[in-house]
Amino acid sequence: MEDKNKFVREVAEKKYEYGFTTDVQTDIIEKGLSEEVVRLISEKKQEPDWLLQFRLNAFRYWLTLEQPTWGHLKMPEIDYQAISYYADPTQKKQSTGDIDPELMKTFDKLGIPLEERMALAGTAVDAVMDSVSVKTTFREKLQEKGIIFCSISEAVREHPDLVREYLGSVVPYRDNFFAALNSAVFSDGSFVYIPKGVRCPMELSTYFRINARGTGQFERTLIVCDDDAYVSYLEGCTAPMRDENQLHAAIVEIVVKERAEVKYSTVQNWYPGDSEGKGGVLNLVTKRGHLRGANSRLSWTQVETGSAITWKYPSCVLSGDGSQAEFYSVAVTNNYQQADTGTKMIHIGKNTKSTIISKGISAGKSQNAYRGLVKVASTADGARNYSSCDSLLLGSQCGAHTFPYMDVHNETAVVEHEATTSKISEDQLFYLNQRGIDTEEAVSLIVNGYAKEVINKLPMEFAVEAQKLLGVSLEGSVG
Amino acid sequence: MLQINNLHASINGKEILKGINLTVRDGEVHAVMGLNGAGKSTLSNVIVGHPAYEVTSGSITFDGKDILSLKPEERAREGIFLSFQQPVEIPGVSMVNFMRAALNAKRKYQGLDPLPAGDFLKLMRERRKIVELDSRLTSRSVNEGFSGGEKKRNEIFQMAMLEPKLAILDETDSGLDVDALRIVAEGFNKLRTPQTSAIVITHYQRLLDYLKPDVVHVLIDGRIVKTGGPELAAEIESRGFDWIKAEIGNSVTPL
Amino acid sequence: MKAEKQYIDFYQEVRFRLTSRSPEEMNLQREEALRTFAAKGFPSRKVERYRYANVEADFAPNYGIQLAPLSGTLPSHCFRIADAEPRIRALYNKVADTADSIVALNTMLCVDTLVVHVPKATRVEHPIQISNVLKGEQDTMVCRRILVVMDEMAEADIIITDRAASGNRFLTNQVIEVVMEEGAHLSLYEVEETHLLCTRYSNVFVRQGKNSTLHHSNLTLFNGHTRNRLDVLMQGEGSEVTANGCVIADKMQHVDNNTLIEHLVPNCQSHELYKYVLDDSAVGAFAGKVLVHEGAQKTSSKETNANLLATRTARMYTQPMLEIYADDVQCSHGSTVGQMDETALFYMRQRGIDEKEARLLLKAAFITEVIENIPLESLRDRLHVLVDKRLRGELSKCEGCKLCK
Repeated sequence: MEDKNKFVREVAEKKYEYGFTTDVQTDIIEKGLSEEVVRLISEKKQEPDWLLQFRLNAFRYWLTLEQPTWGHLKMPEIDYQAISYYADPTQKKQSTGDIDPELMKTFDKLGIPLEERMALAGTAVDAVMDSVSVKTTFREKLQEKGIIFCSISEAVREHPDLVREYLGSVVPYRDNFFAALNSAVFSDGSFVYIPKGVRCPMELSTYFRINARGTGQFERTLIVCDDDAYVSYLEGCTAPMRDENQLHAAIVEIVVKERAEVKYSTVQNWYPGDSEGKGGVLNLVTKRGHLRGANSRLSWTQVETGSAITWKYPSCVLSGDGSQAEFYSVAVTNNYQQADTGTKMIHIGKNTKSTIISKGISAGKSQNAYRGLVKVASTADGARNYSSCDSLLLGSQCGAHTFPYMDVHNETAVVEHEATTSKISEDQLFYLNQRGIDTEEAVSLIVNGYAKEVINKLPMEFAVEAQKLLGVSLEGSVG
Repeated sequence: MLQINNLHASINGKEILKGINLTVRDGEVHAVMGLNGAGKSTLSNVIVGHPAYEVTSGSITFDGKDILSLKPEERAREGIFLSFQQPVEIPGVSMVNFMRAALNAKRKYQGLDPLPAGDFLKLMRERRKIVELDSRLTSRSVNEGFSGGEKKRNEIFQMAMLEPKLAILDETDSGLDVDALRIVAEGFNKLRTPQTSAIVITHYQRLLDYLKPDVVHVLIDGRIVKTGGPELAAEIESRGFDWIKAEIGNSVTPL
Repeated sequence: MKAEKQYIDFYQEVRFRLTSRSPEEMNLQREEALRTFAAKGFPSRKVERYRYANVEADFAPNYGIQLAPLSGTLPSHCFRIADAEPRIRALYNKVADTADSIVALNTMLCVDTLVVHVPKATRVEHPIQISNVLKGEQDTMVCRRILVVMDEMAEADIIITDRAASGNRFLTNQVIEVVMEEGAHLSLYEVEETHLLCTRYSNVFVRQGKNSTLHHSNLTLFNGHTRNRLDVLMQGEGSEVTANGCVIADKMQHVDNNTLIEHLVPNCQSHELYKYVLDDSAVGAFAGKVLVHEGAQKTSSKETNANLLATRTARMYTQPMLEIYADDVQCSHGSTVGQMDETALFYMRQRGIDEKEARLLLKAAFITEVIENIPLESLRDRLHVLVDKRLRGELSKCEGCKLCK
């Protein structure tokens, strides 16, 4: 316990530690977005025609849309023509297939070793910098079991039928403004396929890094878990400190078949901007899982500490009878950060069950909103939902908001929602102070305790990182 | 009064009662003893018609009438009363309204007029005394905020109001201290007549010391494996159930 | 803009008749209201606070519009606006949300305003009852306006009932403005017992001064389409509001309660409890927002919405919201949708009570919590009876009306 305190204190004293840039030669295309740019991206990736058509349809549809305004967010004007939609840092040595040592160093610094011998035990990594997947580890080992884990670009080349079958099947490009944008210009991301009856023997992990200036990252992740299969997937993200906002508009699609189980964990630590609210990543993400098979399971666990703006609702469509979904979230906002995050649970199948546990922590001048929808269709006999959304306030200038929506169309459903908002307990703080713990550390301890229910859902290595992050993110928020 | 023949019953497809035979005559008190999970509560729930249980074969007749086709409320009006192991709290439904609805439903079934309000309240007052139930409690919602002991007393109070022919006491002794147990048991004894019978489900001897059963049954794994007089209860109290299990084990496997 | 046009045309047509019958305070607001209504039109479902309403359809039918000023003897403390003190008259349309087009429509077309004014340190012993009886030969729209002013330390109970005495269509557009000065106590009860062809849009706006206490109960026992909005602005420290509501709906009834409680200053308390029992194809909606402004420290707020669905075709939309900009607060909300407690149902049946009767008792019990919150004993007793009758389908029906069977 004492070690842990020391640990928390150490990290609490650090600033955003992932804010360095990497000096690699990067192939960046001209700024701006047009049909030509969409074609160029597709060409650079040597994509088949069906995918080009998919992108073009999405792009044309995107042109008809306006950026949504319903979030509880003050969004800076995004100039979609001032962004470069493709940046490839692997260009230099691509011919030989080796990775630029600078890139290796970068990922090492981030604690993401790309050398398999150095890797964390039991984790395979796909590392994505800017628009391109840098390296995927342990591929051969996974292949023995028939598991496909590679970048989505490679998947398009090597497993076109699978990609074509599932891409856009959970999040169609018509879903929303940012989904349409992503579908038009998505660069890289991970593809996972777990065949029938296979339990993936290691955690699969993707690490996203925005490096190049003035670029957006539009990654796309597609996970298909076939009947009776299991996978645990981790996603981590960081970005350098830059004065301007960087746009990140990703899509994650998950297909869960009969009796299969997917655990998806995210520790999101994009650069949140400085203490004046300058810069930072605009994290505008569509994540959704489709529980297609009977008795399938999906859980989303997220620790959101980064980004200037987070707009993100990892959702579940529970079609399979008896399917179960969970959403566990901790969202921390400090300084001028804004988060509007939550989930959607759409119950369609019979006896489906969902659980939502959301913990918001607001400090500084930040705004932190939970927004969620629980919908029980008339077909969903015996559906159950329990939602609990708590907010903790650390400071008098921040905001904590809860916007749950519940639409119930079935009389056999039971839907329960609870929410509380309160400030950090003076009694607890005083108790810890009296035991000689200074206020900052006391806050960190209390916040970690408060978030424990969610942190405990994370795989071990991630849980440690998440705890560190909670300390760092709240630095300077009290006193 | 009650005749159970080869009763099989299951819940969620799992068979719990595997051929129960039991006859209770007018005025008799039967004790049913057994370990947790033996099927004691299932037996009481099946007699009163709990919808979660399915009777797969066998019969139950009450005063010669087949009751398996009757709804729970009809069985109650025929005179079968269950003192629940865990009486449910019903916020918002007052004890008075609840008892009046129950009593008048029974009277209607018997072709009687509803009891006038004044007589009804007088009856409430009288019967309350039998189990020393505080008037504070009868002015509340059903079981709401009652302690464990108060709930059990309230069950016996309701029994006093409804005057059943057959009372089933499902672990009425659990969660009661010595004094409360005495009050409940004495209250029950005051209500006994040569025409009323009871089935008492319990793990322990202590309630039986008060109620003095005529017959004691041992229920193991959904079957009545042994039947005896009051001395059987005493023997179980001192020796437990293992010797009975051993006995069955040694005999030919029962059907 | 078709639905709006008939109202605009009507206004143009009767403008002079209206202004000749109303005091200046009301007339001065009409043109601005017209501009708001014409510019905004009826709100669509995209407007967040109208997400669960279908305003245009509700206002589309061709209604005759009543233009009669208040008549008859008014109870004590009640006045036609023209007879009220100038400072009271000046409060007209100052509390309502004038940017809302349904309020604007009311402001445009309303002929008279009932003023309830309770002077300083006056306690009104008997509840003031305002009963609205909808009656007419033809389909009628009624614009009703009430202004309640509670001076310092004033105390009163107001009961407003809506009933229908004939079976044709009615559309009520009601705006109630309430100003509560320091230490005032007001209990405002609204009971709707109309019929399936009645549509009601009610907008209640309250401004609370220091240490004032408001109890508001809104009981929808029978209706067609109902939309009740309640906005409470807590402007004085130490004030307290209790907002209660219950809905019993079946057939094709639709009830939408939409509340906004704003804590502007420290040390205020708000409590909300809304309960719905929905049967047949009824649709219920509840959206309640508690907004705690910056600096409103020591706010305490609790919001509860519980709903019982009795059939597959009944639908419930619930949306409890917290928006909080102060840190030293204790706020919570809870919302449930579920069905009857099967264990309780069985318990009652084991005591010999019919399943149907047991269900009825449990529905009434579910609503009881709301009624028990009502401070006025005589009303409480009456409501227990009304709820029981309503659930038994015996609610006193309007004469000759064959609709509610």
